Formats: sequence, structure tokens, C-alpha cells
Amino acid sequence: MSKVNIKIEGVAYQVEAGMTILEAAKACGYEIPSLCAFNHGECNVGSCRVCLVEATGARGLVASCVYPVAEGMEIRISSPKAVEARRRSVELLLSNHNKNCQQCEKNGKCELLHVATITGAKEDKYTGVQSETHLDQLAPALVRDTSKCVLCGRCIARCSNAHGLGILGFENRGFKTFVSPAENRSFANSPCIQCGQCVNVCPTGALMEKSEITKVDAALKSGKHVVIQAAPAVRAALGEEFGYPVGTPVTGKMIAAMRRLGFERVYDVNFGADLTIMEEGTELLQRLSEGGVLPMITSCSPGWVNYAEYNYGDLLPHLSSCKSPHQMQGAIIKSYWAEQKGYDPKDVFVVSVMPCIAKKFEKEREQEKVNGIPDVDAVITTRELARMIKRAGIMFTRLPDEEWDADIMGDYSGAGVIFGVTGGVMEAALRTVYYKLTGKEHDAIVFEAVRGHDAGIREASIDINGTVVNVAIASGMKSAKVLLDEIREGTSKYQFIEIMGCPGGCINGGGQPYVRSCFLPNEADDILDTYKEKRAQALYSEDERQTVRQSHNNPQIIELYEKFLGEPNSHKAHELLHTSYGARERFR
Amino acid sequence: MIKTFEDLHERSAACTKCLEDKLKGLDDKRHIVLCGGTGCLSSHSDEIKAKFEEVLAAKGAADKATVNLVGCFGFCSQGPFVKIYPEDTLYRLVHIEDVEEIVEKDIIGGEVVERLLYVEPGTTTKVTKQDDINFYKKQRRVALYGCGVINPEDINEALGMGAFKGLERALGMTRQEVVDEVLASGLRGRGGGGFPSGRKWQFALNVESDEKYVVCNGDEGDPGAFMDRSILEGNPLAVIEGMVIAGYAIGAQNGYFYVRAEYPIAVRRLRNAIKQAREIGLLGEHILGTDFSFDCHVRLGAGAFVCGEETALLNSIEGKRGMPRPRPPFPAVKGLWQKPTIVNNVETLACVPYILRNGAAEFASVGTERSKGTKVFALGGKVNNVGLVEVPMGTTLRELIYDIGGGIPNGKKFKAIQTGGPSGGCLTEEFLDEPIDFDNLVAKGSMMGSGGAIVMDEDNCMVDVAKFYMEFICDESCGKCTPCRIGTKRILEILTRITEGKGTMKDLEELEELADTVKNNSLCALGQTAANPVVSTLTHFRDEYIAHIVDKKCPSHVCKNLMEYHIIRDKCVGCGMCARGCPANCITRTDYVAPGKKLAAMEIDPKACVKCGACMSTCKFGAIEKR
Amino acid sequence: MAKLNEKAVQTILEICGRYKNEKTPLMMILSDIQNEYGYIPLEVQEIVSQETGISVAEIYGVVTFYSFFSLTPKGKYVIGCCLGTACYVKGAQQVIDKFSEILKIKPGETTEDGLFTLDALRCIGACGIAPAVSINGTVYPKMSVGEVPKIIADYKAKEA
Ligand SMILES: Cc1cc2nc3c(=O)[nH]c(=O)nc-3n(C[C@H](O)[C@H](O)[C@H](O)COP(=O)(O)O)c2cc1C
Ligand code: SF4
Ligand code: SF4
Ligand code: SF4
Ligand code: SF4
Ligand code: SF4
Ligand code: SF4
Ligand code: SF4
Ligand code: SF4
Ligand code: FES
Ligand code: FES
Ligand code: FES
Repeated sequence: MSKVNIKIEGVAYQVEAGMTILEAAKACGYEIPSLCAFNHGECNVGSCRVCLVEATGARGLVASCVYPVAEGMEIRISSPKAVEARRRSVELLLSNHNKNCQQCEKNGKCELLHVATITGAKEDKYTGVQSETHLDQLAPALVRDTSKCVLCGRCIARCSNAHGLGILGFENRGFKTFVSPAENRSFANSPCIQCGQCVNVCPTGALMEKSEITKVDAALKSGKHVVIQAAPAVRAALGEEFGYPVGTPVTGKMIAAMRRLGFERVYDVNFGADLTIMEEGTELLQRLSEGGVLPMITSCSPGWVNYAEYNYGDLLPHLSSCKSPHQMQGAIIKSYWAEQKGYDPKDVFVVSVMPCIAKKFEKEREQEKVNGIPDVDAVITTRELARMIKRAGIMFTRLPDEEWDADIMGDYSGAGVIFGVTGGVMEAALRTVYYKLTGKEHDAIVFEAVRGHDAGIREASIDINGTVVNVAIASGMKSAKVLLDEIREGTSKYQFIEIMGCPGGCINGGGQPYVRSCFLPNEADDILDTYKEKRAQALYSEDERQTVRQSHNNPQIIELYEKFLGEPNSHKAHELLHTSYGARERFR
Repeated sequence: MIKTFEDLHERSAACTKCLEDKLKGLDDKRHIVLCGGTGCLSSHSDEIKAKFEEVLAAKGAADKATVNLVGCFGFCSQGPFVKIYPEDTLYRLVHIEDVEEIVEKDIIGGEVVERLLYVEPGTTTKVTKQDDINFYKKQRRVALYGCGVINPEDINEALGMGAFKGLERALGMTRQEVVDEVLASGLRGRGGGGFPSGRKWQFALNVESDEKYVVCNGDEGDPGAFMDRSILEGNPLAVIEGMVIAGYAIGAQNGYFYVRAEYPIAVRRLRNAIKQAREIGLLGEHILGTDFSFDCHVRLGAGAFVCGEETALLNSIEGKRGMPRPRPPFPAVKGLWQKPTIVNNVETLACVPYILRNGAAEFASVGTERSKGTKVFALGGKVNNVGLVEVPMGTTLRELIYDIGGGIPNGKKFKAIQTGGPSGGCLTEEFLDEPIDFDNLVAKGSMMGSGGAIVMDEDNCMVDVAKFYMEFICDESCGKCTPCRIGTKRILEILTRITEGKGTMKDLEELEELADTVKNNSLCALGQTAANPVVSTLTHFRDEYIAHIVDKKCPSHVCKNLMEYHIIRDKCVGCGMCARGCPANCITRTDYVAPGKKLAAMEIDPKACVKCGACMSTCKFGAIEKR
Repeated sequence: MAKLNEKAVQTILEICGRYKNEKTPLMMILSDIQNEYGYIPLEVQEIVSQETGISVAEIYGVVTFYSFFSLTPKGKYVIGCCLGTACYVKGAQQVIDKFSEILKIKPGETTEDGLFTLDALRCIGACGIAPAVSINGTVYPKMSVGEVPKIIADYKAKEA
């Protein structure tokens, strides 16, 4: 890359040619407020106008997020004209905004409030009518409230980039513009997979997970036996909410915090993950040996399952019939555990802490109930858990490290941990399948070829006793589509495919803490490029620390089969741990 | 097929002779042309044409005259027009019932039908020839060349007027020479910005690319302007030729016309012209036997003013919402489908063949120091002669309004002329002697825009005018960027307040500040210029704003909340006509009988009146006034 | 969601097929559908989406951006009153108000009997004969408030 010489506030710098002023300024240590610009041009529409600066060579003020630097350019961020212009843009935004920050769940992570603060915008500088607004609360996973939307378009870009879905778009024009699924439908009535990627990038409270904290509160108050279980990816990101560097695993403190919130049991969903591997591995071996539908595709990501049901109804037999880990574990809690405790399953309330918002949808599915009782009663996200911890006055950093409750399902293997990153399920399954086929453990334990932390397709061929198993991994529906179309056309060469809804897998799930430079002052500038890798690393390192690293070696899993389930894929296992799918109409 | 330069010469010569024979009567026939522009077609000029053919045949005079439908004469308010060559007799406001008489008297009898002649406003002189009418006297046709003379659906007539001679010359030059020629002509964009066309072409020529495009902007969004429509309807081949020349100059192979869907006739004629040009080989592969290949395509708008903005237009062609793109990159570098693209206005491209045909110097001999050539204006509003006029740059506003436009009707007082459409401003009496050119209009607080020129008289309220434009902008803002989407709405709200008598003096400061913000912060020129009408009316008519705010009066009696209808009781004869048509039933009889009148006068209950104005237009005695 | 009949589906497929060779055919497809049916409901957009690979939300965004595209059926007679500058200063507002008053609909609405839709237009390029009104493409020059009742009556008479 060639360099250009520029000056910011009169100080000379050398920056890479082709950078925008915004990027260059950041590299030189200046924060220019911005809203619509996101993630290296993932969204680069230049529309919010809160990043205006003066630059030589341009006629008026320029939007620094889209204006490239040029040799000899002199940039003034602090010129009174630019400062005033930025403030006015924000003030105009605020004049058409439902400003109830006090009760807004985005408060504290809201970029609009942030730019309002740093530009000194007055909230009532301009007054007038507000655009007609729309509130969509119908979908179990997410809420859209256009009264908080700044029309930055980040959500639209993300849904298209991650999934090629383009569920969201601008409707109408001018002052009447708003963002929504086609025909201003609810997410529930459009082919949205409820993954929450859009929620993750929204700068304001316009797109949010549908909070279930009140539901949990009510359960805790009701005297029911409330059990909480947390997914692997949560521990890799929760710390971010409490000032830990991105990628710090906070398992022990998280357990301590959950315990202090008053749950009767605090379980690790890793146990459920190990269980899933037992079931899914067995299912794969069966399909391989009995000529079942191949390739088999994992089914633990409800975002992906939604996508399949909307778009590939013909390929549903390829999906493993296994429920996702937290659902399996919920079913076990309400049967095996309740039985042992002598509880009526109806009095047991299972809360899952998930990196995911699609799980909020998943737990509502009819197919995820046993005798009419749902496996899981409430799903809260990593972010919601953080909120509950803060609300309870728990100073997270001062907590001791504690251990999971260990009765009947405290043990877990390293294989379960890595479920949270793309390729993890595949690797965990391979460890077990290898053992089942060869009767011995794979030497390396780690299957490097399937590891990664980004969207895109990875593939590997594993030689198991002369049988070559071709596997592929995709996360994000854009990549998944490629593999699915191959299956449809009959050209797929794989036996086993792992698909995750979110690009990078659950570490990047729709319920994970927001990654924003402006709220992470101690992270490097490139945190948006590195956070997935860092979170993934937190999981891989936990895998390494485990003594048991294969699901089939988890002693409590062995015990569960011995005492309760019998064999993997047994009748009982099917009743509790397996599910079914059905094609769905895109626009109901 | 025209495959070589010689083919073109031969064909042109033949067509020229044929056309001249008609116009000069060398074929021993009279040549009747009717205006087939939108305006006159709406008054059924096509039926009138059919009637001519029928009557001529019926009277056995079919061999005495040819009949033709041509493009707009420019003077649409006086249409439909019938013009008779070689005498150049012009009949206006012709009805189908007049056809018999024209054929009988003029075609057969050789006698002018006096009652259909044009009369200069304020006189009783009847004018026979088109060129003697004041409206036409100061005009000079460059962009409108051929409009109103040739049949736009017949490529032969265009060839007869010299079509493709400009291209022929261009193809004999290098690309750089063509760009230099356009640069030397001083041609500046007629679409609004006034950017030197040659420089734009140079940028695109300089970029290396396997594909480049020429786009002709025929979106013509400025309400009140219709020159692009008339050119496309009257001589589409001129624009096509301009586009082909531009394509050659920058190295493009394809050109796109973006025409608003509101212009069905223009679209039809344009498509037809492209088809004819293709058929005879003037579009397509190896034009005139050279290495240069070029084809034209037509795309329609779908009702969005912002799509006139060039980057929004490109998005629209690409099947997207017409939201402008940030610049850079400029279209000349990354335009249509990310390829180097030049966007030029219809009128701009229509000037190009003229420049190549007659030379840059000839074009530049007209106009002012920095604005060369002519400009077409759509003169409208409160002026006697409404229509399209093409005048040399540098013509003064006074000449435009009074000499060509014939002044203000009904003895009213001139108040302002609005140029530049929703992006422009108002110019008052004191600027009437200013010469019109790009830079001068900007210096005086308005702009050329695409050439809309709306005259306002004392009955127009300038606050209402500002509000009108702001409503337009609010409707048409694409909504992409904050300042324009929200700022213009806030401005409109303040203006509405003021026109309703609810404004405060602080609102004026707020207006100025908001105007400043929208101008400085907006992404595209729509927002950047959106506040111009407000700023210019605030500058020149501040007293009107203050009257609304402080006195709660609309001096022009336009703003409904600030005016009342009132019956002057001494003028009222008590006929009761007004009361009969009043939708609010709020006109009642008083017991006052005015001196000399038989019946008691009526009165209006101002509280119940909905201010529809019906009574005032009903009263034949001028007894109702606004106050 | 309402299902389209087979014939309509075929027509729409045929329209999409017309522009198979175009790089970005969406506007042309939508224009043709609008001309053919007078409106472009979601079901139709879904087919266009399948044929073009453009998401329904994006198509919906395009349809709602341009004022020529309509989501609901228009009346048999679409009365477009120009409210462009040239027409406005010559009293176009009063003309449209009159239409509004007689038809008892606001601009943008359609009468209950489905006969008339009233639209406010922004210049149809007939400024020389302002104020202009266009009914199903036929332009009425120099309109006055007084002519409005007769025009409506004429169209109604045609239907009776
Ligand atoms: C809001 C807006 C509307 C415009 N509308 C038109 C238009 O209708 N026709 C046009 O030729 N140019 C229009 N322009 C100007 C174009 O962006 C562009 O400058 C022009 O087409 C370039 O051609 P020219 O250089 O030949 O004038 C508009 C610009 C803006 C900002
Ligand atoms: S979105 Fe942000 S600015 Fe808006 S109410 Fe919520 S916290 Fe406040
Ligand atoms: S800062 Fe203001 S709003 Fe906040 S608590 Fe203090 S007084 Fe109240
Ligand atoms: S939840 Fe996922 S699929 Fe739905 S709109 Fe958001 S990003 Fe798209
Ligand atoms: S919903 Fe959020 S991300 Fe989407 S446009 Fe609105 S503010 Fe931006
Ligand atoms: S990848 Fe994980 S977070 Fe994303 S939808 Fe699937 S399960 Fe949820
Ligand atoms: S200035 Fe107005 S028209 Fe231009 S991009 Fe912004 S909102 Fe759209
Ligand atoms: S203006 Fe209309 S409502 Fe008022 S008195 Fe006259 S006719 Fe009646
Ligand atoms: S129409 Fe005129 S003259 Fe007749 S009653 Fe009314 S105001 Fe009097
Ligand atoms: S961040 Fe630059 S315009 Fe929005
Ligand atoms: S349309 Fe006939 S003179 Fe303009
Ligand atoms: S302003 Fe009405 S037709 Fe142009």
C-alpha cells in the first residue's frame, strides 16, 4: 500500500492511501463521531452526516466516513464550522427520535446517545412532528421499534452480507422512510431466521432482542424450581460487559454471579453438547452404515434451521433430528433430574443463557416440547445476563471463581466447549465418530482443518480406518447456500456438514455483547477484525484445559445412558432428545 | 443503409432538397404543419390534422397541400397551432371547426383567415408571420433546432435538417479533438449545475476502462420546466446524435436515455428515432464504416424528482431506490455499473451536434464571457406569453419577461421571477436588467437550474411560495441523509406555522439557521440547495414574513388563515348567486339595501366560511373581495 | 397470503423473461407489471424476487420509493392533477381541491366504487397550458374549477 501525507489539526501524518478520513483519523488517534459507517465499509452510505469535517480540496464539509484521504490534504475536525455541523446533524436526528433513554434498554450501549454526548447536542433544539413509527413485538426473538431508528442501514447491510437474505430494507421515502421487512411485516411473518445479526450492528435501540428478564423474574418469584444453564459461547464474551479484555473467559465468575441471582441449579450446557454429540454421532454412523440420507447436516443452530425450513424444505431430511444442546439438556432436567429430585416437571423452570436470540424462538417450537411441556422456559442472552447481574448490584470483577453444580450433569468435556465456534460441533463429532469407528482416540485430538472463526466454507477429508469422510463447515447463510445448492443439484461430495447461523458461529451470536470501539476504549482499533478470533480462542483454551476432551468419555454422560436413556438413539432418547422439521411459507 | 460517409452525403442531400421543397413551396404545394407537442395534442391537434386530410380530400384539394405533425412551437398557451408554408402564416388556437375555413379560404383561396391570427397583448394588431411575433423575435434556435419544423417521427426530415453532420465531422477527428472542440465551445451543462461539458468528458476520456457509458438525463424534474420534453418530442435525433458524439469522444459503446415516465410521447418518439437510426445504420456496429460502434437504450423513471440527480439516476437505472451516492467516486470514474460514465442533460446533448456541425467558434460567438450559446427557458406563471423560449445567454430578465413574455397580464404588478426551480431563488424588480448567465444568477442569489422561469405578480404570497417549494422538497427528498430528511421537514413546519399566523420572530432566526444546516450538511445537491427558495424570499421579502408574523396578515391574501372573503355591500345587487354555490352555506341576506339596488345585500359569516373562493368567482358584480 | 391465479403468474413470469438479458432489469419489470395490472402487490413481488434473485424487501423498497408504483389497485380513471410550479401559480390547488370535494377523496385515494383515483402530480411537462390535468394519459389544458364537475359527470355518464 502506498502512503500519503496528510495533516490533521495541523499535525503531519502518513497514512495509507485509499483510507477514508474517518479511518485515517482513527489511526492517527482522533475519534470522529459516526453512526452510519460500520466495519470497514460494511455500511458506507454516508447518510447520517454526524462525521462531517473540513478537508482541503473539497467544496464544503465532507463526510469523513466516505471521503478518501489525498496527498497533502489538511483535515480539521475541530473547526467551529465542522463542530457545529456535526452537532446540528445529531440534533436533527434527536428531533425525530423517541427519546426515552431512561427506560431504553440500549442505554449505555447506544451510539446515538454517545454521539449526542460528544457533539454536545441538545435534545430539544429542534421540535416538530415525528415520523410515523412501527413497533414489531410479534417475533419471539427480536423487537423492531422504528421510533428509535436513525436509518443508518447497518442492519440491512448485515442481513445481506451475512446471509444474502436481505430481510430488511428501506420502505417509503423522505420523512416517511423506515426500515422493515417487506410490507412492514413482522419478523415473525417474513422469512427472517431470527438470528439477530442485525441486532448486533444496530447503533440504537431500534432493533433489540426480545427481553425475557421479566419472565425470569416472575419464575423466581413464583417459588418454582428455577434452573439456569449457560451455553459455551457465553463465557467467552460475558466479561466484555464488565471491562475484561475481549477474549477473556470468565467461566468461574459467571457461575458465581448466576448462583447469586438465586437459581436453584447452575448448569453448563456443555453437558448437553456432549449429549448432542453422542446422539448426532450415532445418527451419522447409522446413516453412513445404513445408507441413510447424506450428507447429514447439523441441526443445533436454530438460525440455520429456520433458514432451512423457509428456503430448503426439500432438504430437511438431511438435517440431523437432534435437538440443540440446551433443549436436550432442558428435556433431561425436566425428566431425569426432576425425577431424581422428586419434582413435578411442571414446577421446574429452565432458563437458558445463550449467545443467541434464535434460541428464544426455538424454545417456543411445538416440536420442542415433551408431553406438552417445553424443554426450556426462558432464554436470555449474554447481554441480558449482564443486565441482570448489574441490576442485582453484583460487582462481577470481585466475584470468586466458582464451579458448576455437579450433580448429574456437572461434568463436561472439551468437545462440548468448542460448540460455540464454527467448526466446533464438527470437531467434537469427529472426535467421537473416530473413536466409535476405530475403537481408539484420534491421536491429535484437535482437527485443525475444521477450525476457524469466520464465515466462509471450510472442508476436510478425514481418513478413518480407510473410510474417508468428507466434511464441510459453513457459517452464515450466504456460505451455507453454496453447500445446499450442491446437495440440491446432486453434486455434493460430503457426508457430514456443519452449518451455523451466525458468521463465525455462536461466539458471534445475535445475543453477544456489542463490539464497538467507542465503548471499548482499551481495545486496539482493529477490535472489529479480531473479536471473533479472540472469543474463539477463549473456547479453544478451555478445551485444552479439560482433562476429558471427548464427549463419549464424559463420565456423567456414560452414567446418564446407563441409568436413564439406554443407548444413544434409543426410543427414550428419541422421545426426549430428537425433533422434527417442516417447510414453512415465507410470507404468511 | 448508410454505411459510409458518401452514403450519408447522398441521403442528406436528397432529404434536404425534399424538405426545402416543402418549406419553400418548390413542389408547388402548400405545406401545412400542425404542432404535435404535448400541449397542442391535448387540444386534439392530431384530430385536427386528420380533419385537414379529410377536408382536403373532400374538396379535391389533396394535391394542393401536404400535412405534417411537428414538434412544439414553444408557444403552447396559444396552441394548437397551424402553420402554412411557404408563406409562414401562423394560425393559433385552432379548433377542429376551423379546418373547413382554413382549407377553403387559405389553401384554396389563398387568403389569410384573419380571425385566427395572433394579436400582440395590449394591441389590436394581427400578426401573420411567426417571425414577426414578439414572442419569437429575440429567440435563437440552437437546442430547439428543428423543433416545430420537422416531423419528429421521420428520420428523413431530420436528415434534411442536417442530422448526423456533426457526427460525421466528429468521426473524422480524434477523441481528444472532439473533447477539445466541446471545451472550446464553452458549452456548460444545461441540467442545472452548469459544469463545463468538455471537462466532464475529459475526465471520462482519461479513465482507462473496458466499458464506458453515456447517460442522457431526461428526468426533467423541475416542475414548470419542459424544454427537455419538447426537444425529445420535437427532434429526438438531435439528442441521439449528441449522445453518439459524446460516446465517441469518451470511448463508450452504449448510451442510456433516462426519461421520466410522465412523458409518454417523448418516449415513443425517442424509441422510434432510435429504431430508425439503427435501421439505416447510424446506430450499431461500425458507424459510417469506422471502428466506432455505439447503441442507445431507453430507461424510464418512475416518479421521483431526486432521480434527476445524477448518482440517484444511476442507481435507478441499476434497479435500486433512487438514493444519491456519496462522491467521490465521481460518475466519470465509477458510474453506471461502476464503469466510467458521463451524465448529460437533454438540452446539453442537443447542443452538441450544432457545435460539431458549425464549429465551436460559431457556438461561442453567442452568449456572455463565461456562459456561451443559448438557453431554453420555460416561461410560465403570471406572464402574458407562456411558453418555451430559447434566447442567447446574456439576455436580460426584462427582455425575457416583457419583450418576449409580453409583460404581466391583467395590469397586475410584477413581484418576482423564480428561476432554478426548487433549488433556485426569486429575483425582484431591481434585478430585471441583469443579464442571464450561469454565474450572474448565482451571484444574485438564484440560479439557472434547468431553465424554469416562473413569473409572480402581486397576488402571489412569497411565504406561500417558499412553503410550496419546501413541500415539494419534503415530498421528494429521498430520505437518505439526516439534514435533508428531517431538516426540510422542520423548515416546512415553521413555514406552515407562519402562514397560519402562528409564527414568531424567533422562527425567522430558526429558519435561517436550519437553512444553513441543510445546505452545509446534506449529502446531495437536492438538500444542499433545498433551502434556497426560503433564503431568497427571506432576503427579498422579509417584510412579507413579518406581516404574517406580527400583523397576522397575508398581504397578498393567499394564506387562508390570514384572509377573509368579504362582500362589499354597496356593490352587491343581492342576486344571491354566491350563496347558491357556497359549500358552507354561510352567505346570508342582510337587511341593507344599497343605494340604487333593489334587493338587500348579502354577507358572509367569516367563522363558517371555508375560504373556497367559489363565491368570488361566481359574483359577476365584483362585489366580493379578499381582505 | 392470497394466491395469484395461474394466468397472472404466467404473465409475470413472461414479463420477467422479457428482460433476461438486461443487467439490472428491476425497474423495467416493475414498470411493465404496473402498466399491465395497475399495481404490484407482495405476491407479485415474491415472484419477481424468485426470478431476479433480488430480495423481496429490496423490491418492496423500490416499489414504495417511486410514486408511479402502487401497492393497491388504482381506479378505472386516474385523475392526475399537476401541482407543479407553473400550474400551482395558476390555481392548480383549487382545481385539485375541487376534484377532492366532488369525489370525496383525498389525493392518493380511490373512490369506493373503484372508478376514480385522484393523484397530485409534479409537472407533466405541459406547463405551457397550465393548469394541466391528465386523466388516463389524456391531458386537459388550462383547467378551471368550473370545468371540474362536468368532466367528472362525463366520465360517470360513460359508465352508466
Ligand atoms: C435534485 C436534483 C435534480 C436534478 N434534476 C435534473 C434533471 O431533471 N435533469 C437534468 O438534466 N439534470 C438534473 N440535475 C442535475 C444532474 O445531477 C446533473 O448535474 C446533470 O444531469 C448533468 O448534465 P449537464 O452537465 O449536461 O447539465 C438534478 C440535480 C439535482 C441535485
Ligand atoms: S436508542 Fe439511544 S438515544 Fe434512543 S432512547 Fe434509546 S438510549 Fe436513548
Ligand atoms: S444529572 Fe440531571 S437528570 Fe441526571 S440525576 Fe442529576 S439532575 Fe437528574
Ligand atoms: S434476525 Fe437475522 S435474518 Fe432476521 S433480519 Fe436480522 S439479520 Fe436478517
Ligand atoms: S434499525 Fe438500527 S441498524 Fe437498522 S437502520 Fe435503524 S438504527 Fe440503523
Ligand atoms: S450460530 Fe449460534 S448464535 Fe447464531 S443462530 Fe446459530 S445457535 Fe444462535
Ligand atoms: S440531500 Fe436529500 S435527496 Fe439528497 S441524499 Fe440527502 S435526503 Fe436524499
Ligand atoms: S369562500 Fe367559499 S365558503 Fe366562503 S363564503 Fe365564499 S363560497 Fe362560501
Ligand atoms: S353574487 Fe355578488 S352581487 Fe350577487 S349576491 Fe353575491 S355578492 Fe351580491
Ligand atoms: S458516519 Fe459518516 S455520514 Fe454517517
Ligand atoms: S405543444 Fe404546441 S406549441 Fe408547445
Ligand atoms: S407545472 Fe404543471 S405541467 Fe408543468
